[in-house]
Amino acid sequence: MAASTVLNYLPRKSVVHELTGTSKLAFFLLFTFASMITYDTRVLIILMLSSFAIFKISNIRIREVRFMMTFMLVFLFLNNLFIFLFNPDQGTEIYGTRTVLFHLFWRYDVTAEQMFYMLNISLKYFVALPVAILFIAATNPSEFAASLNKIGVSYRIGYAVSIALRYIPDIQRDFHNISQAQQARGVELGKKEKLLNRLKNSVSILMPLIMSSLARIDTISNAMELRGFGKNQKKRTWYMQRPFRRNDWLAIAFGAALLVMSLVITFWDGNRFFNPFV
Amino acid sequence: MPDPIISFRHFSFQYRAQKQPTLHDINLDIYPGQRVLIAGPSGSGKSTLASCINGLVPFSYPGECKGTLMVDGVEAPKAGIFELSRHVGTVLQDPDGQFIGLTVAEDIAFALENDCVPQKEMHEITQRVAGMVGVESHLDYAPHELSGGQKQRVSLAGVMVDQVRILLFDEPLANLDPATGKQAIELIDEIQQKSDTTVLIIEHRLEDVLWRNVDRIVLINEGRILADLCPNDLLSSPLLAQNGIREPLYVTALRYAGVEITPKMRPEHVDSLSLSEADRQKVRDWYSACPPAQKQENRPVLLEVQNLNFGYTSDKLNLQDISFQIRKGEMLAIVGRNGAGKSTLSKLICGFETPNSGSILLDGRDIGTDSIRERASRIGYVMQNPNQMISKTMIFDEVALGLSRSGLSKEEIREKVEETLKICGLYPFRNWPISALSFGQKKRVTIASVLVMGPDVIILDEPTAGQDFRHYTDILEFLRGLNEQGVTVIMITHDMHLMLEYTPRALVFSDTRLIADQSAASVLCDPELVEKAALKETSLFTLANRCGITPPESFVERFIEHDREVRDHGSQHGA
Repeated sequence: MAASTVLNYLPRKSVVHELTGTSKLAFFLLFTFASMITYDTRVLIILMLSSFAIFKISNIRIREVRFMMTFMLVFLFLNNLFIFLFNPDQGTEIYGTRTVLFHLFWRYDVTAEQMFYMLNISLKYFVALPVAILFIAATNPSEFAASLNKIGVSYRIGYAVSIALRYIPDIQRDFHNISQAQQARGVELGKKEKLLNRLKNSVSILMPLIMSSLARIDTISNAMELRGFGKNQKKRTWYMQRPFRRNDWLAIAFGAALLVMSLVITFWDGNRFFNPFV
Repeated sequence: MPDPIISFRHFSFQYRAQKQPTLHDINLDIYPGQRVLIAGPSGSGKSTLASCINGLVPFSYPGECKGTLMVDGVEAPKAGIFELSRHVGTVLQDPDGQFIGLTVAEDIAFALENDCVPQKEMHEITQRVAGMVGVESHLDYAPHELSGGQKQRVSLAGVMVDQVRILLFDEPLANLDPATGKQAIELIDEIQQKSDTTVLIIEHRLEDVLWRNVDRIVLINEGRILADLCPNDLLSSPLLAQNGIREPLYVTALRYAGVEITPKMRPEHVDSLSLSEADRQKVRDWYSACPPAQKQENRPVLLEVQNLNFGYTSDKLNLQDISFQIRKGEMLAIVGRNGAGKSTLSKLICGFETPNSGSILLDGRDIGTDSIRERASRIGYVMQNPNQMISKTMIFDEVALGLSRSGLSKEEIREKVEETLKICGLYPFRNWPISALSFGQKKRVTIASVLVMGPDVIILDEPTAGQDFRHYTDILEFLRGLNEQGVTVIMITHDMHLMLEYTPRALVFSDTRLIADQSAASVLCDPELVEKAALKETSLFTLANRCGITPPESFVERFIEHDREVRDHGSQHGA
């Protein structure tokens, strides 16, 4: 009955897991920045290949993160669809030419430029997605708090994230129990009920859930205070923090190198777009 | 005598939101290395007293302190929680709620992290302390992988890393089954001896704490200290019963038998108790003077479970081959270790889960295809924590909730709800907000909200968890009243007193199977069942053996019957 969350830490033995949280965070930020500034297809392909390679060496299988993957792919599809619906000539505006492949209806022509532009958008997803998923799935949450603290974020914020992760399974279990007990009292939540009533009825689960969660918060904050949480304003040490190793420096250097490459290639000709049409 | 480590002088405390002080003129000295039990009914001020020592009062719960309180050389009301946490380690009541870290090791190290202890040292201390409480092989476990007892060990380790001189336990037994509770008391005792700390235990379950020696018992009621005696003296006095604390059962039994209890008899443990031949004879006489219990007539079968099998996942069964019958108007207990399948069984009966095989019959009809709602009109389910059931702000609305879809007219609903409220003794409060009720009253509201649907059976999950003797008696007497009106009552419980005093029959679950279906008294006199169900042998069993009464379970039964009579005539146990 162990509650599983949508995306959680998957402990594994791998080079990626052994990096410190701080270097993973740094790499994640550098890498995302590198992929954000560019629409240059060549750069995106290099970044995507690195991204896939990193995912591969993390020993996390796609099956384990498929929910997040599917979710993002649906999102990607919608994103492309709306770009096309709202502005089918975005590609032409960017690349300056208009090569009609075929006509659909009304103002919608499928142009090579538009397709190429949307391919670039999709590439960006494939660049960022594996690294983002990895960052969450391969970073021990407690180490994550430690790494945020290390780059200057208050440890209270980092710890808030940790605590949330600690209590998500408990609250899921509460929710499950409460909803069963309410159903036994005739509160209908199934498909038989009209949507409006279902919404109304779900309040009768939320109320007790909120009340029992507030009681939890009271206990936990007392327990934390009694053990000295918040004693020192800025500093705190971390049980889970690991020392920086050679690989950590390499990872950060690699992230920085990718960013520099992305910047150089992208701005060499003063344009964020690589244009194969002229 | 050395200087006291904790010293209250004319100390009073009043919460900001209260009109009256919660503690009045407390004078109390506790010396280094002592083991002190602070006992008192709910609302007596014992928890507030503890909170003054660890600083939750007045720093988290503000209010006004008068007089002085010195804790390990610091003036507590002025020191602050952080300063006090260096001297006092507090283990709170709820072992799950106070588990902060994502793993055992992090939870133990939490205080060290906050103290900015370097990592290497932190790892060493964590290892050493984990070894002291016996969780060193579980350092990377997540909280949901641990049992309640293990979580409590981790909590204890978490406060011991600070090398505190005072350990404070706030109702350490409230959330544990009797066997784990016994181990917890043994652990506290062992740690106290190893580390030579001062130990304070706040608890109303006296007999369970006295499993190991304590030096003093401080009895508190209505914010005042009524007694500060060694256990032998206190047990010889009538003070406990007068203040709503349950005496150890063997002491009560001896009183019933007319044995006068004196400190010289060393009544603090049933094993240390010395009984003269005359005393033993008195017990035997009392035993043979009571008439034997008359057996219940056979009533028709109401609920029947046949060859039930169930697993949450396909690779593991959580219940195997369960069969039993429950007759109309019975009151019975379902007992067993956590994870033995007790709660799962109730979920199957209510229809929350579907069995893999086997059937459940109500009045001889298979209810396997009935929905949760259909079953709910015949079988009511009351959760352990009333806060998890209550979803309306007013009592009337809460009780009426289950009827809102029944198709009854407004007038009929009103009538039914009012009738139920009368049965539950809540009628005078019908227009009150629920937030104004005590925990025990809320529990009654949840029972009323189930009762209003007119069920034949109600299943209650741990109806007495975390309640003192008075509230315990209130709720169970109420349930017994319902039972006398024909409602069948099934209780899932760890509470041995409940089993003894209220449920003639007990179903014992162990490791997914039903291993015994017999009288509660005989379960508690069977060492093997006691062990398998994580219970504890009743001290009455030991007393019966010491007085040479066989079979011991019939002595236990006589005791219960006599106790029932005494209580029905409203004396002895004040409430």
